[in-house]
Amino acid sequence: MRTATLKPVHWAILGGALAVALLPLLVTGRYNTNVLLLAGAWAIAALGLTVVLGYAGQISLAQASFFGIGAYAIGLGTVHYGLNWWLAFVLGLVAAVAGGIILGATTLKLGGHYLAMVTIGFQIIFSLVMTNWSAFSGGPDGITRIPRPPFFVPLNSAQRYAWFALAATLLVALAVHALRDSRLGRSMRAVRENEIAAEALGVDTLRVKVTAFAISAVLGAAGGSIYASGFLYIAPDTFDFGTSVQFLAMVLVGGRESVAGSVLGAGLLTFLPEWLRELKKIYLIVYGSIIVLVIVFMPEGLWGFVTLLSRSLARPSPVPPPRGALPMGRARPAGEPVLVIENLGKHFGGLKAVDGVSFTVRQGEVHALIGPNGSGKTTIINVISGLYAPSFGEITFLGRSVGGQRASRIARCGMTRTFQNLRLFRELTVWENVLVGAQRAGGDETAIRERAASAIEFMGLTSHVHNRAKNLPYGTQKRVEIARALAGVPELLLLDEPAAGLTQSEKEDLVEIVQQLHARGLTMLLVEHDMSLVSQLSHHITVINFGRKIAEGAPERVLAEPAVGEAYLGNREAARA
Amino acid sequence: MASIGQILLAGLSLGSVYALTALGFVLIYRATNVVNFAQGEFLMLGAYFLFTFVEGAKLNYGVAALIAIGMLGVLGLLFALGVYYPLRNRSFLPVIIATIGASIMFQNGALAIWGSSPERLRPVLEGGGSGGVTLGGVYFNYQYVIILAVTLVLMGFQYAFFEFTLLGKKTQAISQDKDMARLLGIPVTGMIALTFIYSTILGGLAGMLVAPIFFLQHNMGSIPGLKAFSASIIGGFGDVRGAIVGGLTLGVLESFGGAYISTVYKDAFAFLLLIIFLLVRPQGLFGEKVGEKA
Repeated sequence: MRTATLKPVHWAILGGALAVALLPLLVTGRYNTNVLLLAGAWAIAALGLTVVLGYAGQISLAQASFFGIGAYAIGLGTVHYGLNWWLAFVLGLVAAVAGGIILGATTLKLGGHYLAMVTIGFQIIFSLVMTNWSAFSGGPDGITRIPRPPFFVPLNSAQRYAWFALAATLLVALAVHALRDSRLGRSMRAVRENEIAAEALGVDTLRVKVTAFAISAVLGAAGGSIYASGFLYIAPDTFDFGTSVQFLAMVLVGGRESVAGSVLGAGLLTFLPEWLRELKKIYLIVYGSIIVLVIVFMPEGLWGFVTLLSRSLARPSPVPPPRGALPMGRARPAGEPVLVIENLGKHFGGLKAVDGVSFTVRQGEVHALIGPNGSGKTTIINVISGLYAPSFGEITFLGRSVGGQRASRIARCGMTRTFQNLRLFRELTVWENVLVGAQRAGGDETAIRERAASAIEFMGLTSHVHNRAKNLPYGTQKRVEIARALAGVPELLLLDEPAAGLTQSEKEDLVEIVQQLHARGLTMLLVEHDMSLVSQLSHHITVINFGRKIAEGAPERVLAEPAVGEAYLGNREAARA
Repeated sequence: MASIGQILLAGLSLGSVYALTALGFVLIYRATNVVNFAQGEFLMLGAYFLFTFVEGAKLNYGVAALIAIGMLGVLGLLFALGVYYPLRNRSFLPVIIATIGASIMFQNGALAIWGSSPERLRPVLEGGGSGGVTLGGVYFNYQYVIILAVTLVLMGFQYAFFEFTLLGKKTQAISQDKDMARLLGIPVTGMIALTFIYSTILGGLAGMLVAPIFFLQHNMGSIPGLKAFSASIIGGFGDVRGAIVGGLTLGVLESFGGAYISTVYKDAFAFLLLIIFLLVRPQGLFGEKVGEKA
């Protein structure tokens, strides 16, 4: 449905274009124009941090080194090697991508403060090399007389160049904004919120993080290139650790997840020293305190504060109504093996959590995996879904051997799951949570949205779509997890204790949901404690105790077996002895 | 070219400074799961406090050091209340950033108070900056000897504190499980404040020890601070032994690297070593591997 009213993003484009056109006219004088240029160049690099930190949740304290790579590519390329400006620019971006991929690859093993430290190390080594390798970089004196790029007209005046720089900033801002709600952007935010859940839903988390670092590096370098030709002179101390901290501060003060916030933060921290110049030395103390205060009192930055005040700016886009019934996986003859587990084992050091378990889940059945606390059920689910590598044994899913593969690979083969302890993307809305799940089955954005919409309707979550997952009651959160898994149209759905913590009426709803899914032909593997639920729902039961299978078969038969009763109630013989 | 013994001595005393600073990181981390990027600034402030009372107020060295330690303690308390406490329930990211913000604040506060020109503090023992004694061909600069001695005494004190006193055991309990410790009646908030105070003093002492060797400047703490953090990761983050061994190792390696490989890239060794360690053995020398449970 089309409306004549302008959406916020249109206002942003209009306002941005107006600012790009007017600012270089209003801000006059060589010095002020230079500050304007600086704000533009810094904003572009800060937007890189919006991607890596705001979207993907990975800390980087090396953004100034990428800014430096871009600046040196222009300086060295054009002045020392006589290259064309645009060629030097592209070379800088390529070098930055390489650096970004290296940093991103370290996230395979590292996160949190370790990652922070690696990026700091990268930054400090960059600064040392640029300062001391004079033969290459021009040393501490830097490079002078850097040319400006030809861009239809010569950009020989500071004013013309300011138009160029600000237009570039606007383009980058719009692109980064568009990224947020794209497939990649959603995957990044899912990784930020819960890496394990993202991986289990088919998001290749390592690739997403490396991509985020690469994009961030490219934007850092682009900002640096624009900076170099704006000031016509570069020196290594511009690109040191302090500048990296400053980039981080811009993004955090502005609001790390929003594009407008990062631009605002960059502008503010560029102009603030000019406005507060009378304060002289005190300025930097004020600056440090502002950062601490904003972090403490405005966790979402200034822009988060603005959107809180005017909620219309944060109004979400409408959700399409579902057009068809919940889509289901491929139709296969009932009884065909979907998942075959053979002699599966998982040892943690000396602890044999799973020790040689075999069973087969067949098409169309609800297969329950039961056993007392600590018997190894959840470990089995985690090994099957790829979160743990098996110590030995075979896992065959739809005819393919998947044992030991990454969770995202297995998920892409058609297996999704829920978690015993909720693993939602807490800061994302229900709609976004389910969209990430829907991405597993591929297709274009329309297909993804339709699948998500039907999963939301099926799970009765329509009234909650725009709520953040963390604000929902527990039972509803559990339903969101199931909707998220269903939207990916799995061939096999793993439900890890779906009834745990639910009220009686919620449990009844759950029974109905599972029965409906079964009626539609979905194969499910259910880990559950609630025996009445298991006997109501399952067609086949595997009982585990101490990491081994102790019984298997139809529910009424298995639950009557003495060994099963003993496992749950204790060994009567042993108790008597 | 200095002798190997000479380089070793310099490396060990430099390493002691890293070890003291690294201990501050580790103790705060163990108690609160916070990585305090302002730890290096405590080093700088310790050096400036001592400088102010020795050179400015012309006090006796010992008295000056005691006053400086007292001020560092107050600073640690304020830091815990102002930076850690409001953010204690937030994720690691805002806390890291807040400590970085605090470090910017401290550096620029120092710049405003003591100015930007480097200052010099006279050594504890008279005889100019070169007071020392030659033993077995190795020249023992008094200040290096003092650094090593003070570090040894502090390590001994700390070991005894954690192992033999109830207060030390309580601190360890908090680092294991805050909620359980609270249920057992341990005043967690107070103990955490105490940890901050002690860690601030440790960092400041490191600064007071190097003050006569280094030039005093507002940014003198940031690189040693980052290196000390690297040292604690190399040793195994969160491990007290790791911080000490990591600090000493780094100091010695840096000293030899500077003598035999390159002086200008001396600062890069710590970070290269750190990156190699993080990629090959992220748990460090003493740390244990931990994984997130699904």
